[in-house]
Amino acid sequence: MVTTERVQERVQIPLAVEVLSAERIAYLDGLVRQAKTAAAVFTQFTQEEVDRIVKAMVLAGLEQAQHLARLAVEETRLGVMEDKVLKNMVATEFVYNYIKDKRTVGIIREFPERNLVEMAEPIGVIFSLTPITNPTSTVLFKCIMAIKTRNAVIFSPHPKAWHCCSEAVRIMYEIAVKHGAPEGVFTCLETPTLLDNAFLMKHKDVGLIDATGGPGVVKAAYSSGKPALGVGAGNTPVYLERTADLNTAVVDIIVSKTFDNGTICASEQTVVIDDEIYELALKKFADLGAHVCNEKETKQLERTVIDPQTGFMQPMAVGQKATDIARFAGLAVKPNTKLLIAPIQGVGREHPLSVEKLFPVLAVYRAKSVAEALRVCVEVNHAGGIGHTAVIFSRNDEIIRKFGDVINAGRIIVNSPGSVGALGAVYNDLVPTFSFGCGTGGGNSTTDNVNIFHYLNIKRLARRTQTHMWFRVPNQIYFNMNAVENLRQFPSLSTIIVTSPLLEQMGHVDIVRRHICPKTHVHVQVIPDAEPEVKVITQGVEALNFYKADQIIALGGGSVIDAAKIMKLKYESPEADLEYLAAPFLDLRKRVVQYPTEKLNRARLIAISTTSGTGSEVTPFAVLTDKASGRKVTLADYSLTPDVAIVDPQFVMSMPKGLTADTGIDCLTHALEAGVSNYASPYTDSSAMQAIRMVFKYLPIAYEHPQDEEARCMMHNAACIAAMAFSNASVGVNHALAHAFGARFGVAHGRANALMLPHVIAYNAAVPTKFMASPYTKGYVAHKKYATVSDLLGLGGHTVEEKVRNLIQATEQLLDQLGFPKSIAELGISREEFQRAVPELASIAFDDPSWRSNPRMPLMTELVELFWKAYEGRGVAKVGGTSQKQLV
Amino acid sequence: MNAVFLNIEETRVVQALREAGEKLDGREGEVVLDFSSVRRIDSNALPAIEELARIADEKSVKVALRGVNVDIYKVLKLVKLSRRFSFVN
Repeated sequence: MVTTERVQERVQIPLAVEVLSAERIAYLDGLVRQAKTAAAVFTQFTQEEVDRIVKAMVLAGLEQAQHLARLAVEETRLGVMEDKVLKNMVATEFVYNYIKDKRTVGIIREFPERNLVEMAEPIGVIFSLTPITNPTSTVLFKCIMAIKTRNAVIFSPHPKAWHCCSEAVRIMYEIAVKHGAPEGVFTCLETPTLLDNAFLMKHKDVGLIDATGGPGVVKAAYSSGKPALGVGAGNTPVYLERTADLNTAVVDIIVSKTFDNGTICASEQTVVIDDEIYELALKKFADLGAHVCNEKETKQLERTVIDPQTGFMQPMAVGQKATDIARFAGLAVKPNTKLLIAPIQGVGREHPLSVEKLFPVLAVYRAKSVAEALRVCVEVNHAGGIGHTAVIFSRNDEIIRKFGDVINAGRIIVNSPGSVGALGAVYNDLVPTFSFGCGTGGGNSTTDNVNIFHYLNIKRLARRTQTHMWFRVPNQIYFNMNAVENLRQFPSLSTIIVTSPLLEQMGHVDIVRRHICPKTHVHVQVIPDAEPEVKVITQGVEALNFYKADQIIALGGGSVIDAAKIMKLKYESPEADLEYLAAPFLDLRKRVVQYPTEKLNRARLIAISTTSGTGSEVTPFAVLTDKASGRKVTLADYSLTPDVAIVDPQFVMSMPKGLTADTGIDCLTHALEAGVSNYASPYTDSSAMQAIRMVFKYLPIAYEHPQDEEARCMMHNAACIAAMAFSNASVGVNHALAHAFGARFGVAHGRANALMLPHVIAYNAAVPTKFMASPYTKGYVAHKKYATVSDLLGLGGHTVEEKVRNLIQATEQLLDQLGFPKSIAELGISREEFQRAVPELASIAFDDPSWRSNPRMPLMTELVELFWKAYEGRGVAKVGGTSQKQLV
Repeated sequence: MNAVFLNIEETRVVQALREAGEKLDGREGEVVLDFSSVRRIDSNALPAIEELARIADEKSVKVALRGVNVDIYKVLKLVKLSRRFSFVN
């Protein structure tokens, strides 16, 4: 509430405390100490004890409502006694009705579905300033809130309302203590001064300032450095729209504006009335006891009730009756006049009555259109009432919503009285209050109706949630020799086979063609066997459109299958922006960018892989190269996963030895990294562990005896199974290192992986310098999982350390067996050249998203160290090596 | 110098603390006040506890509180009295 008097406090409230006497400081310290002791003792109380005290206080407040109202009017000479009785009753009964079943001790709210519990922690000592306009009701309200929340309060009432407030505090205190509240829980400052307020606002043991008063008090509270609740100024605009129920609206406005002679700061200040109903509305106001001023009377009123120097209302008018104000202004009005209505032509200093008037004087404005009405309401709102309250009377929902949109007010009251409406719980479901938060516009931290929850520290007990996970793979996977025959069960009118020139030459395309459903039109789209480029994709999509394809068969290695995935994406959703879809993300489920779900076309994607490594036939990944920009775009989304995977070893029987080794180790790396990944689950573990076992058993055979059908078949299956694991658990730091190194030195992916692999196992098995935050794992388990792998492979060992060591040795032996170089140095890369490259390699590896699921967070220095270990060679891959402490 | 053990009953905390203070004559090495049966303390107990701490300081006697439940411990912490005592289980 703004009165001129309190506006002046803005500059008067001193924050320095030096001028207080030692005696006064001792007195104030004593009050705080007493309150602090009471608050400390109060922490031991249960909800039931607190509620019992609150109920007794409420009943006492109701009993004393008239006594306190009478005292307030006698002392302040403001307002209407009968209305103040109602205020006191609202402050007790209505507030009680709201709080009685609310928990404020211990657990106050539970959200089982979120594994979240909210618990209450009292604030301690609250320093509370109360106003002259609603003195006793505010005290009753704050006392009840404080007991409900187990806080102690030191009150500093407005000096001109001290007696009635101190009586209200006494009544509340005595009844509270009688029912068990700690002694000293409320105190009322004797002869409060601005210096006292300033001292207490800064007192170290005061936990919260609750300032209900003018902007000066609020600003001082917020400037004190203490947490504070402050109530801002009001200037309530009212839009009386032409569709409103006029009879109800006029009565509501009169009820509100005359309630306690207009002292509630949420009461109506300027009513903007649509032109069509303006005359009728004023007539109705007049019929019900309002005096509508003519131009001359309005001027007289302005001069009387508004201070021409400050532009604010005159204190002498606050809370006075309409007839008294008319008398001050020299207006002749009927003796039963309730309200003075003054037409104004605008808002601002030139229109003095457009400001807040805490007395029964109401400005009215005639608006020619909705747009004008809303504009004037916004002007009133911004003329001292931002964040506070606004009112609209209308039956037009669209206009009501627009009003809510353009007006900045914590409470926008619809078709009901502003003042009583804003208090809450009478005309609406707002929380009952005697303190209106006005948001940042009003210099406050909240727009809420201040309530018990503002008197609490709310603690959130957040239990660890079992985050749901996933295991997504193609709907159908056909495997083993001649699995390609299953193609014929997929009906298609038009099929495009995407493949590479070599595979076409080898006759693989013909094999596929033979098994496609009869009567299907087949077109073969041959693309280079390299990472797909934009141009290749564009041509593929053109072919898909030209042939109106309903099926795509990708026959090839990872690059060909990736190309087909992207072609399908662009064919089905031509608007898909690949660069945009490749935006980085941390958690697949929380990613910002969503892949298109609306499809222009639909085509089934069947992936037939012709290598045993990438497993692209079951993965949700695809890599695209944009030659024009020189950028590589990595797409990842389960919508990219092929619909059908065919894992037929006949297409890999002729793989050369080198490719067999490279792709086989790529497969092993996938499985090992998925196995220790932070996203690993029992579902991915089963796939990863099985794939590892198959690789160790069959890769050497497939390498040495390429025509061994069983070994080829098992390796082909292992690649697919490992891919199912890493599609859902992702990979790790090995891939990040291999990507960076392979791209820089032109080393095949599988070979690059092989150079890193033993070192990465040792690295992950050691105590991490930095752990990765992961809700999916419990404890650090990478070393134990490696030990499990070792057990599965039957490598022996008694301790985890021994088992990990054995796994590293077995891996190194496998790599030796497959003829992999032992070190980067063996590739002919000089130490100097490597030294020059390493800083950039580490930087690129660190930017690689692959390691995000690694169990251990790699530091840049560790990436450098790993590169150097790979350079030096396999001999240095020892568990518990140089800088790594072994986990047991 | 020996330790002196005193039992504090919930129904007469203030009185018991006063008596404990009166008994301190500086010859005890340590006084152990057993709060095991005290469930809660009120506003009057806190000044009594503070007074006991003052007397103990004056007479250079160490005071240990035994069996203080965590709710009471929190009260002592809030009024900054916990640092004046040692706590034993």
